[in-house]
Amino acid sequence: MSSSTPVIGVLALQGDVREHLVALAEADALARPVRRPEELAEVDALVIPGGESTTMSNLALAFGMMAPLRERVAAGMPVYGSCAGMIMLAEKILDGRDDQQTVGGIDMTVRRNAFGRQNESFESAIEFRGLEGDPVHGVFIRAPWVESVGAGVEVLAELPAADGAESRIVAVRQGNLLATSFHPELTGDHRVHAYFVQLVAAAAR
Amino acid sequence: MSTTPVNTADQPQIGTARVKRGMAEQLKGGVIMDVVNAEQAKIAEDAGAVAVMALERVPADIRKDGGVARMSDPDMIDGIISAVSIPVMAKSRIGHFVEAQVLQALGVDYIDESEVLTPADEVNHSDKWAFTTPFVCGATNLGEALRRIAEGAAMIRSKGEAGTGNVVEAVRHMRQINGDIRRLATLDENELYVAAKNLQAPYELVKEVAQLGKLPVVLFSAGGVATPADAALMMQLGAEGVFVGSGIFKSGDPAKRAAAVVKATTFFDDPKVIADVSRGLGEAMVGINCDTLPESERYANRGW
Repeated sequence: MSSSTPVIGVLALQGDVREHLVALAEADALARPVRRPEELAEVDALVIPGGESTTMSNLALAFGMMAPLRERVAAGMPVYGSCAGMIMLAEKILDGRDDQQTVGGIDMTVRRNAFGRQNESFESAIEFRGLEGDPVHGVFIRAPWVESVGAGVEVLAELPAADGAESRIVAVRQGNLLATSFHPELTGDHRVHAYFVQLVAAAAR
Repeated sequence: MSTTPVNTADQPQIGTARVKRGMAEQLKGGVIMDVVNAEQAKIAEDAGAVAVMALERVPADIRKDGGVARMSDPDMIDGIISAVSIPVMAKSRIGHFVEAQVLQALGVDYIDESEVLTPADEVNHSDKWAFTTPFVCGATNLGEALRRIAEGAAMIRSKGEAGTGNVVEAVRHMRQINGDIRRLATLDENELYVAAKNLQAPYELVKEVAQLGKLPVVLFSAGGVATPADAALMMQLGAEGVFVGSGIFKSGDPAKRAAAVVKATTFFDDPKVIADVSRGLGEAMVGINCDTLPESERYANRGW
């Protein structure tokens, strides 16, 4: 393995960190947990996992991670956020706490818990633009959706309209930033992580 | 990764094992706090709790008051659900599947079939597969954990002795469960049949645990956590997160203690952080020595 292989951190303040580390390893990436500013400085890219976005935001502020995260995102570090991670990457959130802060970076408005409470959490096949093969298996847990996106944001996946409900944006990319409403890390299908690993490799070149 | 059933249908499916177990995965590294009203729920959310457990009396008061402890008033649960944006859990009595049906109808995010309430059935636990709302159940050892998983539990917690402020029983249960798992992982495949017999648990689950080296669901600690160091101790012993009951709102400064326990749970392996957050927290709950508790008042003996 060459010393120039990019290292991908997983923000380990709270959430399903282990599943992302496993998925990244299976997508042939070097991955490690990140909790402190000095650990963030040592990685080339970052995954913000699923979890509770209010808790993550609270801990990021308490331990001086929010400002360095924003600086790295502004400087072009590739970041992938799933579920709570999507909320953390949103410039604007709806149904959050009034004082809830995000890292931002993707020009989108995300609605928290938009698909409902745990009783409404669901699994569904999702067509994901740019991935070959079968549809991705989307696991949505108290999941957010993307309410609207700015001009520079590419929509990668939508949950089709059904039973009178509108179609909803559930995966987006803007430059080096990737976000999904759902949890590919819970499925054993690592294509979304492989997509991100490729994005990281391209950014490192 | 756990081997939950795969959904192959095109139509969205709710209430699958994967979304139930997956919900608990999202709580990992977090603290779930007992609250008895909307005001406490907000304090918990502000402090960084990943979820709250709505109940009428914290375990310390259930011990003090005696009597039959039941599911909470639906109005009180509604009040907490509308007060916070984080997940809300609530407790049903062991085997009281109608209380569980009510909690599901109220829209709680997780049901704790809990020994802290007075058991409603001395033989059977609720059939948890019959619900779309996921369940967490207590266990004192691996066999008990696997029996609950076989009944459909999507998350396991140690029982501990809730309401005592004494972590000794939670430590015992966590060491027992993880020790049982480590021993299982050393066995030859041929030996797993007898292991299943001895654990009084289904062979398929025993085999899965032996292969994974962990439970197929998330394992939290509960019962007697009163300080940031208690929470970090449980995390270092292998808990994936922590429930805190009476320890927060029976202490001198609940908001500060709650935030400290959250920070100590994330940085459970960093004694400097634990020391920092442990300063100036005011009085901890008084606590009870578990060896002075009569057998009849030991919650861990409830459930089997």
